[in-house]
Amino acid sequence: MTTRIDTRFAELKKAGRSAFVTFLMAGDPDPATSLEIIKALPKSGADVIEIGMPFTDPMADGPSIQAAGLRALKAGMTLKKTLDLVRGFRKDDNTTPIVLMGYYNPIYIYGVDKFLVDAKSAGIDGLIIVDLPPEEDDELCLPAMKAGLNFIRLATPTTDDKRLPAVLANTSGFVYYVSITGITGAAAADSTAVGEAVARIKRHTKLPVCVGFGIRTPETARSIASHANGAVVGTALVDALKNSLDADGHATGKTVNAVAELTAALAQGVKGAQQAAE
Amino acid sequence: MNVVKPNSYRSGPDERGHFGIFGGRFVAETLMPLILDLEKAYTEAKADPAFQAEMNGYLKNYVGRPSPLYFAERLTEHLGGAKIYLKREELNHTGSHKVNNVLGQIMLARRMGKKRIIAETGAGQHGVATATLCARFGLDCVVYMGAVDVERQQPNVIRMEMLGAKVVPVQSGTRTLKDAMNEALRDWVTNVHDTFYCIGTVAGPHPYPTLVRDFQAIIGNETKAQMQEVEGRLPDSLVACIGGGSNAMGLFHPFLDDSTVEIFGVEAAGHGLTQLHAASIAGGRPGVLHGNRTYLLMDADGQIQDAHSISAGLDYPGIGPEHSWLHEIGRVNYLSATDDEALAAFQLLSKLEGIIPALEPAHAIAKVMELAPKRTKDHLMVVNLSGRGDKDVPQVGDILRGKSK
Repeated sequence: MTTRIDTRFAELKKAGRSAFVTFLMAGDPDPATSLEIIKALPKSGADVIEIGMPFTDPMADGPSIQAAGLRALKAGMTLKKTLDLVRGFRKDDNTTPIVLMGYYNPIYIYGVDKFLVDAKSAGIDGLIIVDLPPEEDDELCLPAMKAGLNFIRLATPTTDDKRLPAVLANTSGFVYYVSITGITGAAAADSTAVGEAVARIKRHTKLPVCVGFGIRTPETARSIASHANGAVVGTALVDALKNSLDADGHATGKTVNAVAELTAALAQGVKGAQQAAE
Repeated sequence: MNVVKPNSYRSGPDERGHFGIFGGRFVAETLMPLILDLEKAYTEAKADPAFQAEMNGYLKNYVGRPSPLYFAERLTEHLGGAKIYLKREELNHTGSHKVNNVLGQIMLARRMGKKRIIAETGAGQHGVATATLCARFGLDCVVYMGAVDVERQQPNVIRMEMLGAKVVPVQSGTRTLKDAMNEALRDWVTNVHDTFYCIGTVAGPHPYPTLVRDFQAIIGNETKAQMQEVEGRLPDSLVACIGGGSNAMGLFHPFLDDSTVEIFGVEAAGHGLTQLHAASIAGGRPGVLHGNRTYLLMDADGQIQDAHSISAGLDYPGIGPEHSWLHEIGRVNYLSATDDEALAAFQLLSKLEGIIPALEPAHAIAKVMELAPKRTKDHLMVVNLSGRGDKDVPQVGDILRGKSK
């Protein structure tokens, strides 16, 4: 089965460039503004869109994304509304891949089977679930594959050569390399080290490898993208969004543009990179 | 060592860390290799007589074990039913049962060559025990504690700092134990190369619920031998308070296959089960948080809800996965006690026995006050007095003065 993710990476390969992957939290700062922001992303140069599913206890996230999740929850966001958000996006865009990223509990409580049916019909292409390592593949990874959704696994600096095959076994769509041991929004990784890590992963898989955690500027995006099939930016976009809010944390007239402008600048950075050697 | 007959109640978890549907390893990939290493190190240590011998030496001469099994004569007379024994875990060095587990984990950390120890703490008892053993073995120690708990458990914060630990007040979320655990996990993900996470209760990803249980099982094993010595038989019932549930699991586990022993766990009902509380089994359902599937307090969307208890050590919206399993199969009966009931028990035990309990085991005493009068005088009831109340004296003093005004 070919998903929008597979199609998009095949197109980018043909065009000889890396993907720019954005992350923003669903419902941040409110459901309506969130939809406007997500709609603006492809026009600003996002190739793949990751959407965070808000959770009260995001144990792999730094302060920015924690706060984004709490803003969304405060604005009444739920997993069901996150699916509605994607449905809204799909009305105008049937090609940009959408990946939901978050933690397992809200999906478990929604009901795995029902969630997979609803996610597929809403137009979601892949899932990144931080707290589901390969040891727990029965929970969601295998059912998701059966339902035709990509299950995108995180590989980290602690994932050694012995463990990589297990991590990659049921991965599809792309591999998300977490460039540092740490939480989102932490310091950037050294691009040489990232290049070596990506090369190591590529010895084990033909899947595209995207790199995230710690990329904040067009320059870093460019240098990381030159070593990988994609660069993921989350915290910097979430911070741009937050800085556009009023004192009560509500959206202003600047909010959508603030995210769109940074997206465009980062996309320029990625597009300036040489595609990684295959 | 006596060989215990294999029995379904004591054979868990399976090789993937499951107790029935509960438990598991729900952690970020960064931590997974370390958790597998820990499991391997623990399996090897368990089989190494030198490890056991060294630990037994510290348990005897540093912790002060065995802890006494004390017949609470005046409490028994007052309640007029079952004969009540207190397992005196509050007499351990550092003032609670927490030290049993910390000693085991610190010895494992040393075996694994880790130099930096992190821990989460609610009431501060686990933090104090961790800071103590890090001082003893010359290890760096960082303790994460919710900012709310830092306020209400000042004596323990000061103790930890005196012992050389760094106490980090956690400002995220509800600023209590669950947020301290989130922050400890974030530290661990960041410093995975040199850091050992010393979890304070029978929760978290496999193998933590198992190894913490095993290190705490000394409570039940001693109780069994001591009761045999004084009464010549098994107790008829066991009572212990439950936040994550390590003191309870330590007492219960050795008795799970003794079918004549009734077992009661006591959760914190806070302001009452229809209001803010911390009783995950009474008021929650199975979900996934902090590395394991277990009973959790949450809303319809799977978002974790705020727990509330007067006792910082019980103020957690989850419970150890083995307790969830023991609840589902019906081996252990889970009850709950409110803040007010715990306060009454705190005062009763202080006045009748000259023992000021921590607010956590005061919840267990509160249920003993209900259970004991309904039992005959030859019924032997053991309650785990898991910690002493010194840390709670300022807080309870304020509450009682406020009430008497």
